[in-house]
Amino acid sequence: MNVHSGVAAAHAVHHDDHGHGHHEQSFISKYVFSMDHKTIGKQFLITGMVWAIIGGLFSVLFRLQLGYPDQSFPILETFFGNWAKGGQIQPEFYYGLVTMHGTVLVFFVLTAGLSGTFANLLIPLQIGARDMASPFLNMLSYWFFFIAGIVMLASIFVHTGPASGGWTMYPPLSALRQAGEGQKIGTDLWLISMALFIVSSLLGGLNYISTILNMRTKGMSMTRLPLPIWAMFFTAVLGVLSFPVLLSGAILLLFDRNLGTSFYLSDIVINGEILPNEGGSAILYQHLFWFLGHPEVYIILLPAMGMVSEILSVNSRKPIFGYMAMLGSLFAIAILAFLVWAHHMFVTGLNPFLGSVFVLLTLLIAVPSAIKVFNWLTTLWRGNIRFTPATLFAIGFVSLFISGGLTGIFLGNSTIDIHLHDTMFVVAHFHIVMGVASFFGMFAGVYHWFPKMFGRYLNNTLGYMHFWVTMIGAYLIFWPMHYQGLAGIPRRYLDKKGWVSFNQFGELDKMITVVSIIVFAVQLMFVFNFFYSIFKGRKVTTPNPWGANTLEWTTKINPGHGNWEGEIPEVHRWPYDYGKDGRDFIPQTEPVGANESKH
Amino acid sequence: MQTFFIVAILALGFLITFQIAKASEYVAVLRGYEKSRKQTNKLNGFMLLAFLILGLIGVYYCNERLKGKILGEPASDHGVLVDRMLYVTLAVTFVVFIITQVALFWFSYKYQESDKRKAFYYPHNNKLELIWTVIPAITLTVLVGFGIFYWFKITGDAPDDAMQVEVVGKQFGWEFRYPGKDGVLGKKYFKNVNPAANNPVGQIWEDRYNHDDVFVEQEMHLVVNKPVKLVIGAKDVIHDVGLAHFRMKMDAVPGTPTTMWFTPKYTTKQMKEKTGNPDFVYEISCDQMCGKGHWSMRGTIIVETQEEFDAWLASKKPQYFVANPDKDPSVKRDSVIASAPVAGAVINR
Repeated sequence: MNVHSGVAAAHAVHHDDHGHGHHEQSFISKYVFSMDHKTIGKQFLITGMVWAIIGGLFSVLFRLQLGYPDQSFPILETFFGNWAKGGQIQPEFYYGLVTMHGTVLVFFVLTAGLSGTFANLLIPLQIGARDMASPFLNMLSYWFFFIAGIVMLASIFVHTGPASGGWTMYPPLSALRQAGEGQKIGTDLWLISMALFIVSSLLGGLNYISTILNMRTKGMSMTRLPLPIWAMFFTAVLGVLSFPVLLSGAILLLFDRNLGTSFYLSDIVINGEILPNEGGSAILYQHLFWFLGHPEVYIILLPAMGMVSEILSVNSRKPIFGYMAMLGSLFAIAILAFLVWAHHMFVTGLNPFLGSVFVLLTLLIAVPSAIKVFNWLTTLWRGNIRFTPATLFAIGFVSLFISGGLTGIFLGNSTIDIHLHDTMFVVAHFHIVMGVASFFGMFAGVYHWFPKMFGRYLNNTLGYMHFWVTMIGAYLIFWPMHYQGLAGIPRRYLDKKGWVSFNQFGELDKMITVVSIIVFAVQLMFVFNFFYSIFKGRKVTTPNPWGANTLEWTTKINPGHGNWEGEIPEVHRWPYDYGKDGRDFIPQTEPVGANESKH
Repeated sequence: MQTFFIVAILALGFLITFQIAKASEYVAVLRGYEKSRKQTNKLNGFMLLAFLILGLIGVYYCNERLKGKILGEPASDHGVLVDRMLYVTLAVTFVVFIITQVALFWFSYKYQESDKRKAFYYPHNNKLELIWTVIPAITLTVLVGFGIFYWFKITGDAPDDAMQVEVVGKQFGWEFRYPGKDGVLGKKYFKNVNPAANNPVGQIWEDRYNHDDVFVEQEMHLVVNKPVKLVIGAKDVIHDVGLAHFRMKMDAVPGTPTTMWFTPKYTTKQMKEKTGNPDFVYEISCDQMCGKGHWSMRGTIIVETQEEFDAWLASKKPQYFVANPDKDPSVKRDSVIASAPVAGAVINR
């Protein structure tokens, strides 16, 4: 019997799925087609890590081209054949790499890998539930993600190469097979993979929302929820409302490609061939894409914000400052996320009046963002801060969020965007604020909850090295990149020697390439640390190693399916009573004392 | 062989790092976990402070190294507005950047774990929240106000005396059409496009406004201090007319014409003197991913005086006569032979 008898209550709840729950679980039902939210979380995490390595490797490859455009790397030809003829990355291959890097990291790593992991792991554990509302849909969510990944992976190996129109996949480029090699079967596979991914995302999101709303333990009112849960809740709402729009956009694009429709096509002459399509609008796709695409930024950021709030509070031994303001700003960001998409389209010929409305709405989002930053700063103020690797990554997140957020004020203002749109400035901006910052949130989460996932610690020394190299490296890579953008250098230029105005940053490009290789190597070290520590890490000896208030630390060190052995604990207070009345921490399960001061 | 060595060195580096990391865990156990944890905590606190100081020095150094490499003075009237907005925003955000980053790292250093201190229970303060809601809101309102004011100036209607030029993007190059003496671009239809018959943009020859339109490729000529309105389109996929020196940019969308206007402030010759670069040339970059040649989709602009421009335009034959040599009054006799190489050049592009 490896399922504890006390879990029987949990199995009674979803009896249909677990008729055989009291028997020895086979390897397959325990680790492969598992319906335990904790295992599914780990599946998302490990799959996300595999994709992160692939996506990161792609960036190293195209950075080689950017840093050393004239140099031949024969080893590339050994591996990639004609794609790197003469040891030089060919343009179509370059654009395939860029497109896959963006797609993989935005969707597979920072959406599925981040919210998939932590929404699954934390929601039931922190709200006090035995599992998700529907463990079966939860399992499907992972396996749709897995299949989407397989299709995307396959597209890299087809004869004409992967999709290469950029991760935004704008038609008519992505709609016309004649436009290039990457626009052939690679793009069809990209669209199919994306459709599968959206299904996964919707199944997950619906599950998270219904679990949070319906399955909280006794006493866990909505305002007693830990902030990561609120963040996951808004993330799921954003995803459920916006992903279907991208799905429709992708399906219309598939129609245009394969069925001869003209949703996005009009007035096209390509390679001397006059196409019959008239009356479509290429800009329509951009509206559909960015109606997801911008909320997507917050789908990536919000979980990181939630986890950072929790980790900063726990490790500075102080309550998060302004819980209600944190909650309100999350809500404001979630609403505004839907009203700013056209700031990606200021120079598409958008009506200038409409443009001005989107300037206002876009810059409005800086207000809740500022509230969050100041609240994090005040949380640290007069704390007693323990620098665990998780804390450092959380502090790093705040630093990057400030840096990248402020450059957003440039880009959100349409006047400045005229010059900076689609330049390296944009690349620097979104990598700092959305890419690296969210990665930092994710790392913080992994270091903080690893003991809960595996009953062991990650190696601290490697953790500190990981943080410092990544932190310094991220700034070295992306800070000077802003200057390339100010000089007007467009994105996705793989060689700038033919240009008089853009050819002055050769040395800088080399430096960035070298640093990005080092940073990538350190991420491999983290991956090694992760897998090594699962089996050999220092064992956790106390159920609550960080002295935290939330419910996940009231379970056993290695909780089984069902999470708590006996009754699910009852909650009596909010999760942030750190340092109250002279006590280091007061868990949520402790009843409020008669003499306790009010906050 | 070289590759082998690199891989070997990398593997060795990994191994050494890992052994150090493992050893540090044992040392921690030997010396007492709590004690070594506190020491590490001090070290990291110090590192955070060092990161702040070195980082700010790095920001300064980076700026010193790179500020001379960005584009310098904007070369159009709208560009001046764009740069002004940019520097105003830079000033505001730089102040916020310094305040918040210093606070973040200083607090982290100052309030690192210490046995002497107890964390201060401080769950909320509505007054503070109000302050940092209202101040950013006011600041942003100012930025939005200025931004929109300039935005409407830049995107407003072009003056009546503006000259017009049509810009057409295609994989991977630029085509331009000048309206000729009548100042009106003739109508076109994409199904008329036929480079072999000398009709690269699909002009409708029955429209008499087309009869004096001049077609050129890759190099656009503009007049200094004269507003120009670009009418922008694309043949195959979305491109983008990026004019970094003028700080202007507009997408070229097949099927949906777009426009932008500006006034060039300096001739190419003046810019050569200003930048001290004899090779200076205004460049048109494609800023929207358009396929495998995106990075090389380059056009150029010559800004010159009205006289130079008039002389240049007069040297070009209207496309109507190139396509219909029999209608051309100047070349009655050997017209067909004369136009043949032009047609070949268009197809090969």
